Amino acid sequence: MTEEIRIGVFVCHCGVNIGGYVDVPSVVEYAERLPDVAYAEPNLYTCSSDGLQKIQEAIEKHGLNRVVVASCTPRTHEPLFQSACEEAGLNRYLFEMANIRDQCSWVHMREPEKATQKAKDLVRMAVAKARLLVPEEEPEIDVLPKGLVIGGGVSGLTAALSLMDQGFKVHLVEREGRLGGTLLKLDKLFPSNVKASEVIDPLVERVEESNDVTVHLDSKVSDVKGFIGNFDVVVDTPGGPEKLNVGTIIVATGAGYLSPEGLYGYGRVEGVVTQLELEQTFKEVGGLEGVETLVMIQCVGSRNEERAYCSRVCCTEAMKNAIRLLEKDPRRDVYILYRDLQTYGIEFSAMEFDAKKRGARLVMYDKDRPPEVTGEEKGPLVRVYSPLLDEELTIEADMVVLAAPIVPNVDNEALSRHLKVPLNSDGFFMEAHVKLRPVDFATDGVYVCGTAHSPKEVGESVYQAKAAASRAGIPMARGSLKAAAITSVVDEDRCCGCGTCIEMCPYNAITKNERGLAQVEPAVCKGCGVCGASCPEGAITMRHFTDEQLEAQGLAAIGEA
Amino acid sequence: MMDKPVLVIGGGVAGIQAALDLADRGLNVHLVEKSPSIGGVMAQLDKTFPTMDCSICILAPKMIECSRHPNITIHTLSQVKEVTGRQGDFDVKVLKEPRYVDESRCTGCGLCSEKCPTRVSDGWQKGLTERKAIYVMFPQAVPLVAKIDSEHCLYFQKGVCQVCSRVCPAGAIDYTQQPEEISLNVSSIIVATGIQELDPSYIGEYGYGRFKDVVTSLEFERLVCASGPTGGHLDRPSDGRHADRIAFVQCVGSRSHKNGYPYCSSVCCMYATKEAVLIKEHDPGSEVTIFYMDLKVYGQGFQQFVDRAKLHWGVEYVRGRPGEIRRNPITGDLVVWYEDTITGDVYEKTVDLVVLCTTLIARPENKELADVLGLKLDEWGFFKSRDPVRGHIETDVPGVFVCGCCHGPRDIPESVAEASAGAAYAAEVSRRCTP
Repeated sequence: MTEEIRIGVFVCHCGVNIGGYVDVPSVVEYAERLPDVAYAEPNLYTCSSDGLQKIQEAIEKHGLNRVVVASCTPRTHEPLFQSACEEAGLNRYLFEMANIRDQCSWVHMREPEKATQKAKDLVRMAVAKARLLVPEEEPEIDVLPKGLVIGGGVSGLTAALSLMDQGFKVHLVEREGRLGGTLLKLDKLFPSNVKASEVIDPLVERVEESNDVTVHLDSKVSDVKGFIGNFDVVVDTPGGPEKLNVGTIIVATGAGYLSPEGLYGYGRVEGVVTQLELEQTFKEVGGLEGVETLVMIQCVGSRNEERAYCSRVCCTEAMKNAIRLLEKDPRRDVYILYRDLQTYGIEFSAMEFDAKKRGARLVMYDKDRPPEVTGEEKGPLVRVYSPLLDEELTIEADMVVLAAPIVPNVDNEALSRHLKVPLNSDGFFMEAHVKLRPVDFATDGVYVCGTAHSPKEVGESVYQAKAAASRAGIPMARGSLKAAAITSVVDEDRCCGCGTCIEMCPYNAITKNERGLAQVEPAVCKGCGVCGASCPEGAITMRHFTDEQLEAQGLAAIGEA
Repeated sequence: MMDKPVLVIGGGVAGIQAALDLADRGLNVHLVEKSPSIGGVMAQLDKTFPTMDCSICILAPKMIECSRHPNITIHTLSQVKEVTGRQGDFDVKVLKEPRYVDESRCTGCGLCSEKCPTRVSDGWQKGLTERKAIYVMFPQAVPLVAKIDSEHCLYFQKGVCQVCSRVCPAGAIDYTQQPEEISLNVSSIIVATGIQELDPSYIGEYGYGRFKDVVTSLEFERLVCASGPTGGHLDRPSDGRHADRIAFVQCVGSRSHKNGYPYCSSVCCMYATKEAVLIKEHDPGSEVTIFYMDLKVYGQGFQQFVDRAKLHWGVEYVRGRPGEIRRNPITGDLVVWYEDTITGDVYEKTVDLVVLCTTLIARPENKELADVLGLKLDEWGFFKSRDPVRGHIETDVPGVFVCGCCHGPRDIPESVAEASAGAAYAAEVSRRCTP
């Protein structure tokens, strides 16, 4: 049965984003004359509710069975248009998009005529592909109502408890022999000065008492297979490897602190410690005896060529400890040598003022002329040039406290490989979208929170953990979800079983079947196309991006529509 | 038994994210928004760093998802007036102001605005242009429905005109609409009412309000936006001349005990850097200077973005708070007087446009809402969390949560993550309180 192809083309002005440079009416006119195009219209904003309604009306009125929208990027808008088509009774894969904004009007703003011609070319290509589109189905997959949380610090514990309170079973994997993470080392937390133990102990207790959270101590994730809803995870435990089957995974592995060997006399000069070590002293003995003059140095080994990022918490940490020291003994001299104070927001700003009010001496230094610390008989000697005073200060200190940066965990790389999620250039886990998907990974069913993602303070880690638990809870609460239809398909008659695709697949979606031929697990396949491109026999093609469709699109590009 | 719905107050990016998280998991949500459209402040921004994604372009799909989601009911022009009961069982009264346009009929075609004879300053465009007395808030508004501004409409003021009603092809104009009270019963409440920028007129030495070419950063976002009053051309508001010498002043009204607010607004250093890069992208020959006190680069990728602004784009950063901005009456140019605190010298710099990065302050309506909900405000009028470490999203009232800028300035990813966190809390309440 051959059905008559009736394509509708909707060309978006996007306000002036497209309409200001591309002659939209002439693109519409051009589209109307393309083969199998039954209808074309311009829209001010095709993505507005009004624009979507117009698509739906046109589908009905003109009997459209393919829809092309020429507008912005499919990255943000394709799902929206697809849903509109679906609501009007059209399979969502009978939709094609031409990007005439990001790839046309925006880059050719100074050449409106050529931009208009290119927009026509792009529309012609999209129509050529649309003529060959076929409906695709999205398989429904079940989601196990069981989560895996990797990391037993404050983030991991919070995430695990939230999943439990949402009604799910949880496996919690912790590398160390004890739950609690970094908070076990800290004394008091800013801005409220609550004891770290008062924060972490109740979380640990609740997790340990719970029947819904299974804790695996001294354990590590060593293998992950499967996909959202149904991950097969191997955890190396002291009792040997254990297999877990979970629906979602939250990464909450935290971060470490750099040991600043060789910087500002650390490890060489007596009396030079890190903020973390000062914190531990507070925790163990409650205060500092015999320290009259104390110098804190910020941005140690960070915000430089080697480590560009700021560790976010150190400035407020310095304020907290300065306040504490001056509270105990106001006659002390506490210096904070800084580059830019990162005491953001209402509460941290207030701490900055409090520290200043109590007499903390804030001295700005220049990145290109950092302080120097030398070991003298009486203790460390600090020299710092202050651009504000235009003079070098010499401070005979009893103690120097270095703000060492928060650094990514060394095992991030192995874990990122197991989970097939990316790290950023600093080595922290990288989210799916920096603005709108801060705790999701691009890989479905895997989420991130806490300092595994980037340096942050405890309050921020806690709400991020809650956020990750919300995101992970969504598919588990629904119980099932639709997998993507754009997956690869193996032509078994042509497959020679060489296994190249299995090697190449970044998602481990391909295995050999009992006849030694390639077999794709559609729920795991992301439709990236690597297997298709690398198959020496040309046996693999992608749904919705078939060779035939792409050829037609390519030929249309060079005018052979 | 069916789970009770959740109430989300505020339809900015935080409220939208909280609503979507809850709706996606199967809970019903009432999203209450005071203005005629959801979208909030993020809808007014031009681009977002570091990807330089167009702000409305990444937000609009979420706004539309809200409007199309079977589990979300959007109440625009609405405010929460009364709340009784407790966690798991809140009775809520919402007052919906009349739109004078039937939402179910209006298609947002814009014919009414085209024919309306009355021009009014356009608040959404920060007063930089005009709109009509019947208007759609912005082209991507959700719902895409017109509203009559009865304070300026000739029919409401003088009993004449009615041209909108004659031209409307959908017969959607309804001058007789009355305020409507909506009663809801919800299990929990998420407050996400956002933030606003300080009006810096009182800082006389910067000349805002006296000099047209001194603008706030939110005004700048509209000025540089393709859907803004100048179509994205950076023209001086005073005489329309292209502005290619621009100065940004940080901490206007902020970090000052004497003349404003003591706190840091968290986001200004980075949005100023983004705005500076935008200017350079439009016109690489522009001279852009950022006057700052401490550069806040505390977030992921921030320092790298600043490095790129400096090294690749040639944005100049000067450490110092300008003392005064004057206007040269002959050229119309602005002259910024400042002390470079690194060199200790006093300089002047002639520019076309000055952008004041003003304090982000609490919305004054917080007071009334706090009373209705039984919440506490901090001394600056922001909602107070239960505990800044353990209960950042919780309040002293069980079942009422806060997220986004309504409890202090924060950036978009933080607001979005907090919104998801709020949704997690609400989902937990729902499970606990459903028999």
